[in-house]
Amino acid sequence: MIAEAGHYALVLALGLALIQSTVPLLGARWGDHALMNVARSTALAQLLFVAASFTALTMLHVVSDFSVANVFENSHSMKPLLYKITGVWGNHEGSMLLWVLILALFGGLVAAFGNNLPLSLRAHVLAVQGWVAAAFYLFILVTSNPFLRIASPPIEGRDLNPVLQDIGLAVHPPMLYLGYVGFSISFSFAVAALIEGRIDAAWARWVRPWTLVAWIFLTLGIAMGSYWAYYELGWGGWWFWDPVENASLMPWLAGTALLHSAVVMEKRNALKVWTILLSILTFSLSLLGTFLVRSGVLTSVHAFATDPARGVFILLILCLFIGGSLSLFAWRASSLKQGGLFAPISREGALVLNNLLITVACWTVLLGTLYPMVHEVLTGNKVSVGAPYFNLTFGPLCLGLMLAVPFGPLLAWKRGDLLGAAQRLTAAGIAALIAIAVLWAWTWGGATFAPLVIGLAVFVVAGAMTDLAERMALFRVPLGVAMARARGLPRSTWGSAFAHAGVGIALIGIVCETTWNSEYIGSMKPNDVAKVAGYQLKLDGVTQRQGPNFREMIAQFAVTLDGDELRVMTPSKRNFTTRNSSTTEAALLTRGASQLYISLGDTNADGAIAVRIYHKPLVLLIWWGPVLMAFGGLLSLSDRRLRVGAPKPAKAARALQPAE
Amino acid sequence: MTLWFVFALMTVAAIFAVLWPLSRSSSAQPGGSEAVVYRDQLAEIDRDVAAGLIGVSEAEAARVEIGRRLLAAAEGQRDLPARSNLSLRRASAIVALVGLPIAAVTFYLAFGSPWLGDFPLASRTRTADVNQPLDNMVAQVEAHLEKNPADGRGWTVLAPVLARLGRYEDAVRAYRNAITYAGDGAERRSDLGEALAGAAGGVVTAEAKAEFERAVAQSADEPKANYFLGLAAEQDGRQADAAAIWRGMLAKASADAPWRPLIEAALTRVGDPAAPALSNDAVAAAKDMSEADRGAMIRGMVDRLATRLKQDGDDVEGWLRLVRAYMVMGERDKAVSALTDARQAVANDAERLRQLNEGLKNLGLDG
Repeated sequence: MIAEAGHYALVLALGLALIQSTVPLLGARWGDHALMNVARSTALAQLLFVAASFTALTMLHVVSDFSVANVFENSHSMKPLLYKITGVWGNHEGSMLLWVLILALFGGLVAAFGNNLPLSLRAHVLAVQGWVAAAFYLFILVTSNPFLRIASPPIEGRDLNPVLQDIGLAVHPPMLYLGYVGFSISFSFAVAALIEGRIDAAWARWVRPWTLVAWIFLTLGIAMGSYWAYYELGWGGWWFWDPVENASLMPWLAGTALLHSAVVMEKRNALKVWTILLSILTFSLSLLGTFLVRSGVLTSVHAFATDPARGVFILLILCLFIGGSLSLFAWRASSLKQGGLFAPISREGALVLNNLLITVACWTVLLGTLYPMVHEVLTGNKVSVGAPYFNLTFGPLCLGLMLAVPFGPLLAWKRGDLLGAAQRLTAAGIAALIAIAVLWAWTWGGATFAPLVIGLAVFVVAGAMTDLAERMALFRVPLGVAMARARGLPRSTWGSAFAHAGVGIALIGIVCETTWNSEYIGSMKPNDVAKVAGYQLKLDGVTQRQGPNFREMIAQFAVTLDGDELRVMTPSKRNFTTRNSSTTEAALLTRGASQLYISLGDTNADGAIAVRIYHKPLVLLIWWGPVLMAFGGLLSLSDRRLRVGAPKPAKAARALQPAE
Repeated sequence: MTLWFVFALMTVAAIFAVLWPLSRSSSAQPGGSEAVVYRDQLAEIDRDVAAGLIGVSEAEAARVEIGRRLLAAAEGQRDLPARSNLSLRRASAIVALVGLPIAAVTFYLAFGSPWLGDFPLASRTRTADVNQPLDNMVAQVEAHLEKNPADGRGWTVLAPVLARLGRYEDAVRAYRNAITYAGDGAERRSDLGEALAGAAGGVVTAEAKAEFERAVAQSADEPKANYFLGLAAEQDGRQADAAAIWRGMLAKASADAPWRPLIEAALTRVGDPAAPALSNDAVAAAKDMSEADRGAMIRGMVDRLATRLKQDGDDVEGWLRLVRAYMVMGERDKAVSALTDARQAVANDAERLRQLNEGLKNLGLDG
């Protein structure tokens, strides 16, 4: 009964989504408040039914009801409870159900907390949400139904892909989906604005929290996924320029651009058409990501199953929404009123430069992701576009962006003073030069490029601090006054400073890890000693253990540094009998922001184990950076105050800085 | 019955969600407007000036700008005066009341299985039952062995069943465990080799061959191991060696050995002149072979034929046999492609082409 009730709830959600996508539009067209308000109650009811459906599937997984095909194919009665629950979205059907659950959640949130929106705007936004939701409910029910039954249920399930049996599965997909799907709200707002033919600064004010929430979750989701790949796949890599990773990076880049252009729109009523286009593009890239991952075009740990019908269906959805919204844009954009003017050297100008660089960077990623696929379809040959391509295209664009980041916040709105901004950044520049000099001296004869990039990263971090110091008038007024001013600063100012510093910190981690990574690869027998980056690792022995649904081979390494015993590291290799596959569980030893990493390979005939040991200096900064960025986003989100971009009057002397 | 009651409740809730706003008077909630945002922005400027965050002249400029936006917003007031459109409301209500339940139930019945109850694992008996499918019993034995991996007898019982089910990879593991826990033996070794060959799609791999050799080392007359060693030789293209091994087997075997026809058939295949022609009995006996044996035998034969025809395409009979074999094996695609190859090979010879077409007609694959 649970399965069937969940199935029926999903069908009802589809019905409600269809009503939600039509009735409010009619209401808005004829000015009937009651019809417009249908959007609200149906969105909430839809959330209720999808949540019921998702809960039903979760319960089926928990009680191991193998009469449900989805549970049979992806679960096992011996699996620990946590993985029974996370296994719900560790497969194609369940993950799509999570997708629509989050879509309904966002729709429900707009319905519940959108009281400050004009009635017709809210009706339009929810109607567009209804279209997206209806398309995906139909997709799930027709091609990927998680509630299909098996008449004579097998006694045991096929188990979840062992690589996914990890705590990462509990965190990474929900976060990523909150990000991906969250951008559907800004998409719906953009399409609603196009339908209404009206757009203004207030629009940006209303969209801001939704875009920010989506961006925060996407940032954390990508970082989490990268860390998961780092410790689970056993190669010590954290980013592979894999199409699936690119699929998540592209909406993030577009979303970052959107975040910045929306600021211009909210404060200065400019860049309106561009912001609308970015909203559409960001969600389109999310849909493209869903297509790439879910259609079976790509084979990776993410492609749980391949079925041509699904690919075609998602492709149709993709064409319908991207094509439809872009056509609507082409048709209606010219009728939107243009916004305010500004000089090229100004905060607006800096943000336009930011948008330009980020969208071009996003474009290079898109090209690098799609080119191999298109090429394979047309010619049948496989080409691989790997790290070298991205390093040559994406890399320089990012470095250019980094160079510009500290200048942006120091420029005034409408017309800025580049020289003045440069003067105020002198301290940051000096800090960067010192960092470069020290690094060069320290790693004499080593890499020449790495210290330069680290210098740039230091410049970004110091630039963010300079911005804060300038606004607090630190060192110019007594400390007490500066502190009082610091408290008075809008939280969004703190947020952007943290986020920008986060970018710099992540860059430091990336450069250190890729340049000064040292490794030992070889086979070891008990009592062998490996030396990596000054650490001595002695293989004490190997033991076997029986886990709940796997057998595990554990190796003990005693780690010493200059004769001091540090810790015993226990990397292991797990064998999952049901799927007849194995996973490596890397052992990590964290020292500050650096890590020692051991993963096991196969055992030779003579009893020696293949071992990979890496020392990764400052590797954790790669993930601390995004966490800092997300924290900045959170600070900015918590700032519910209205934002004003006070323009610098034409002839005013350089006075106080405008507020965020 | 409970299920349909739950469905009904859910449907009522869904309908209610649509009807409720329709029944409310339209002036309930006016909604927000842009003007509110701009008025708040003006207030924000005053606060910023008071806190000393922006200068007076900048504040003035900002006020002018926002004032302009406020005027524009007030001009084009978004919310038209509420008008209620009764006919549209009625239509929506009818859609919710009639359309929603009908659409939902129709759609659900197309995919759902309302007659199936719950089968949570906890409430299901784990005792063996004659009516239970074989898969379930195998799963039970596997679960038992998962907990008691040293139960040699269990592995011995399970392994042949797995091989029969076509789960060769698991069968290989089971045979290995049987050898570890229930003792080594020529028969177990050759069974293991057979499972390995099955896993490789009928090819006697080096790994499988090693097992057969181990079996022969323990018992020189082990028939299965010898047969497969011959097959390995045949697959390596050493026809003479294969024939020698098989002839040796026939020489030593008693007249009523059940596998005699199989070996005779194999000998004919490698073109050994000394062997008796493949009798109908031999073919019948081959039918009694295990799935793996027969699969390996047929596949070996067909592949060899295909290779030969690739080099020498004049043999019309051969082509017909190949096409027929593919049809029997259910590989229609390969049959069609073999047909195309055959046409190409004999295209220059009208007489042969006629023979080919004649034969194909009999196969029901003409055109």
